[in-house]
Amino acid sequence: MSNEPKPADPEKEKRKIKSVGKMKEIMTGYYIEAKTAEQTGKKVAWITSGGPVEPLIAMDVIPVYPENHGAMIGASKMGSDLCEKAESMGYARDLCSYARADIACAPINGGPIGGLPKPDMLVCCNNICGTVLKWYQVQARHFGVPLFIFDTPFCHTEFSAEARRYVRRQVDEYIEFLEGVCASKMDVDRMHQVGRLSLEGQRLWQAVLDTTMHKPAPMSAFDAFFHLALIVTLRGTQTVVDYYTALLAEMKTRIENRISAVPKETYRLLWDNLPIWYRTRWLSEKFAAHEACLVADTYTSAWCGTMKYLDEADFLGTMAEAYSRIYLNIGVDEMARDVIAMIDKYAADGVVMHSNRSCKPYSFGQYDIKKIIQRERDVPVLLIEADMVDERSFAESQVDTRIDAFMEVLENRK
Amino acid sequence: MTEFQLFHDIVTDPFDYARNWKEANRRKIVGHFCSYTPEEIIHAAGALPFRIFGSGEAISRSDEHLQAYSCSFVRSALADALSGKLAFLDGTVFPHTCDTIQRLSDIWRINLTFGFHSDIGLPVKLDTASAREYLKSVFKKFKNELSGHLDCTITTDDLQRAAGLYNRMRSDMKQMFDLRRENPSLISSNDLQALVKASMIMDREVFSEKLSAILRDLSAIKPQPSQSLKRLVLSGGMCNIPSVHSLIEDCGAAIVWDDSCSGARYFEGSIAPHGDIIESIAERYMDKIECPAKHTDLFRRGEALVNIAKNNKADGVIFLFLKFCDPHAFDYPYVKELLVKEGIASMLLEIEAPLPSEEQLKTRCQAFLETL
Repeated sequence: MSNEPKPADPEKEKRKIKSVGKMKEIMTGYYIEAKTAEQTGKKVAWITSGGPVEPLIAMDVIPVYPENHGAMIGASKMGSDLCEKAESMGYARDLCSYARADIACAPINGGPIGGLPKPDMLVCCNNICGTVLKWYQVQARHFGVPLFIFDTPFCHTEFSAEARRYVRRQVDEYIEFLEGVCASKMDVDRMHQVGRLSLEGQRLWQAVLDTTMHKPAPMSAFDAFFHLALIVTLRGTQTVVDYYTALLAEMKTRIENRISAVPKETYRLLWDNLPIWYRTRWLSEKFAAHEACLVADTYTSAWCGTMKYLDEADFLGTMAEAYSRIYLNIGVDEMARDVIAMIDKYAADGVVMHSNRSCKPYSFGQYDIKKIIQRERDVPVLLIEADMVDERSFAESQVDTRIDAFMEVLENRK
Repeated sequence: MTEFQLFHDIVTDPFDYARNWKEANRRKIVGHFCSYTPEEIIHAAGALPFRIFGSGEAISRSDEHLQAYSCSFVRSALADALSGKLAFLDGTVFPHTCDTIQRLSDIWRINLTFGFHSDIGLPVKLDTASAREYLKSVFKKFKNELSGHLDCTITTDDLQRAAGLYNRMRSDMKQMFDLRRENPSLISSNDLQALVKASMIMDREVFSEKLSAILRDLSAIKPQPSQSLKRLVLSGGMCNIPSVHSLIEDCGAAIVWDDSCSGARYFEGSIAPHGDIIESIAERYMDKIECPAKHTDLFRRGEALVNIAKNNKADGVIFLFLKFCDPHAFDYPYVKELLVKEGIASMLLEIEAPLPSEEQLKTRCQAFLETL
């Protein structure tokens, strides 16, 4: 009897997002294409997650994301081993675990997909951190390929006229760089089309995220962490537009049919910082057990947060500003304003902040954001100390207790 | 050496010195964090550029703003500001360096109310024409902002004079380093470290005169027959722990060069006297061996360190890194590998203020020296 497959729990089946299968299919196809690029003669560029990918798409270059690789390593729980390997190569344990894990994979084709396809070039945009500069220098030395640095000066309080000129010039330098490596000219019409598709993809992704304004939310931040992969990796393609169009339709149907991400959603929470990739399921179940849904987060919305600066008719001209003013490249007070706007928009009862040892620009300033939130909105904030990939920095029982205590505070306020 | 006592006093209590200087001179003081701050422009504005090192006292005051995985330098600087130790500042300048300083700037601006706040949005790459042009425009913008903040005009003559003074100081400090290289017993590293750090705090004209006098006296001393001390090069970011230098020398070594931003990387290079003066000032910052938070060439820093070790006939290199300093930690494996290829031994000391256990550090230093 026990050998017979258990009948699927219809309640759980109902809650499963059907688009997941399509997404897995697209991502598998994408990685196969990237891994076989050598045979098909396509060029591969490694690029940072916040980097300007559209010119690569327009040049028919396959973009590959070491950070996405880091996330996969974390989710497949291979992080600690690979981080230790990097430490034995001389990289300090305090360094970013995405970087450590990826650096450790390169010489041995390690990790969940047997290493990333070898790059023909590296494109590093420092709008997310200074760490990527160091990480890409390491890989440029390892692979001996050209490195383009797209330098976006930090916008503490402004995007200065000087910075605007500098970043705009780099857009042209970037295209020259690509034309050099690819030995072909960029097709201006194609670039225009890619820019339009990028913006369309961003609009649709924002619309998907916005469906959680509905009570109960049809999806959670944990779902967003998964469905995010396309807006990061294939922004600027029709594939992304089609996928998010379907996902949006699915979310709308869920709302109509009152299918929620969390059964009996009572508490609505906001997540801050990168996911704890090796514990997403545990955390998701933990919060669901408290009837709490993480309805939105500051991380997945970063890929559509600067649409207001983009002009479809002049994508290359306006992307300088859009890429410079993303969530991680602005001052702590502006970040706090964004978080407060999200609390209002998604009617959040509380905020959960992941203090992430691996991400200093995301984590330093959280204590001040917490204070600003509490001053402006009187919303409880929980801080969890962890790391996005390196499980050694996660104390489960401590996090467990802190979440229980936090949820008790929320229960007493209802 | 008694000539150095003044520098030791200033480095021991820079706040006291600054307060007294301000009262005596009725002039303004501008704090900053980095060897990429264009101090010449601050000096030309008639203010005292004051490098903030962090006293290391009551660091826990910064705990409500910064996590424990922030470097002790940044936590300590913030603690000093929060506890009022830096209340004499008329403003603070934050050149863009690393992720941690970047966020310190925000936290400082939000929580501290004394004086003006100025971010200098430096480029991270220094090897392209557009980046170089951008950096020049950033310095020009800073000059205009500063004259507004300090309510003064900064003339070309002011800048020329400042550049001349800084060229003199930097060249004299380099000569001091050269003297020690030739004759390590002449100057202790502890004294030299105090001198370089005092040069970032003291009234620059007074400092320059004292330095010239000391240099004159020391140059007159005939070199002693060399002792059989192991010759070491230090390399790292900012060293905030003076006892480390003594500790290393007490183990029986001579520090013959200090490639840190509180050492040679602070005074390296000179400002060309021709052309647009701000642009000349900017060019010096662009051309010196870069801080690892910046980019020029993939191998430049490592190759520079190999050359420093060779030119100084060093027996070994000690990497002196502040814990949680990402830019240096990322460069360490490749730089070490370049040294290995040249047969130069090295050791990594990760330090944090307050220094954990001197005995442990001593044991490690001694063990390293024995292998040389």
